[in-house]
Amino acid sequence: MKKKVSAATLWQLFASMFILSSCTFGGGFVIVSLMKKKFVDDKHWLDKDEMLDITAITQSSPGPLPVNASVIIGYRMAGLLGSVIAVLGTILPPMIIISLISLCYEQFRTNKVIALALQVTRAGVAAVIIDVTLNLAGKILKAKNSFYITMMVICFIAVAVFHVSAMFVILSCLFIGIISAVIASRKEIA
Amino acid sequence: MIWKLFLAFIQVGLFSVGGGYAAIPLIQDQIVNIHQLMTIEQFSDLITIAEMTPGPISINSSTFVGMQLAGVPGVIICTIGCIIPSFIICLLLAHFYYKYRDFGGIGTVLASLRPAVVALIGSAGLSILTIGIFRDGVIAVQNIQYIEMVLFAVCLYLLRKFKTNPIMIILGSGFVGTLLYLAV
Repeated sequence: MKKKVSAATLWQLFASMFILSSCTFGGGFVIVSLMKKKFVDDKHWLDKDEMLDITAITQSSPGPLPVNASVIIGYRMAGLLGSVIAVLGTILPPMIIISLISLCYEQFRTNKVIALALQVTRAGVAAVIIDVTLNLAGKILKAKNSFYITMMVICFIAVAVFHVSAMFVILSCLFIGIISAVIASRKEIA
Repeated sequence: MIWKLFLAFIQVGLFSVGGGYAAIPLIQDQIVNIHQLMTIEQFSDLITIAEMTPGPISINSSTFVGMQLAGVPGVIICTIGCIIPSFIICLLLAHFYYKYRDFGGIGTVLASLRPAVVALIGSAGLSILTIGIFRDGVIAVQNIQYIEMVLFAVCLYLLRKFKTNPIMIILGSGFVGTLLYLAV
């Protein structure tokens, strides 16, 4: 964390967050999918496991998921300054857009072409998230650890079918993880 | 007034746990019921806008309320208030994560969270797919919107096969889909 941070890194951090945030319709997991593509696949700043850990942390703390993820990724790349820069990149697009819209809301809401474009865009957004899910799930399947595969399937059914809250799923898995860590350390001692 | 807004949005930030739609009732409670910064009609309008535009709902509401009540300074104060709690909490968590993640026990705990996160991302994708392809999000054969379905299939194919840039996919699907609808 003590490495020297170049202005170029900060600028890239800001620009990446700004672009991702401008294109994030429909909830936090869309931006997580985009961040994974950008920071793991393109820039190789983070590895896959790190991105999943960051997502788990952002889910278990209060506040909007994209902002939380920016704080952590910014901190990882450039410490406190990085966090501030990354968060600015993330919050500026919605701040600018909503400020403008709140000035001419009536015209915006009744515009048919805007409504249509926003509706069809969901198909593309869904494709992006499902692509990322397939990549991440593939990694867990390849590790051939039946415990983790079972957990993934159970969590998916719990959320998708029974609408269990994301927070509850994360906290339950945290609990299971702590128990298995304790059991593992007992075995080491014995 | 500005100070009151700032304090109100610190609470919004602190209580918007769960993110996305899970946070809506909590934000509503703070803004509409407790602090009465917005009417329920304004708030439901805001959710409509928030669905149509990028960005998290709590940032959208802090911007909207700030703009309506105090212009640009209001926007800045409300938004800063809104993100300060999570900023501090996440900074601490990030610090401890990078300090301790290589210790054996913590590694085991984190590893058991990863499958859950993949499942969460997957089910978020599934629910967006459902409202994207089926009219009103009701799964039934007569509700299938074929343009969206083809669009989804093409997008997924491009992503899997050619690793197309996802931002191009999102913007492209909006553009192509709108043109197709206007042409039909």
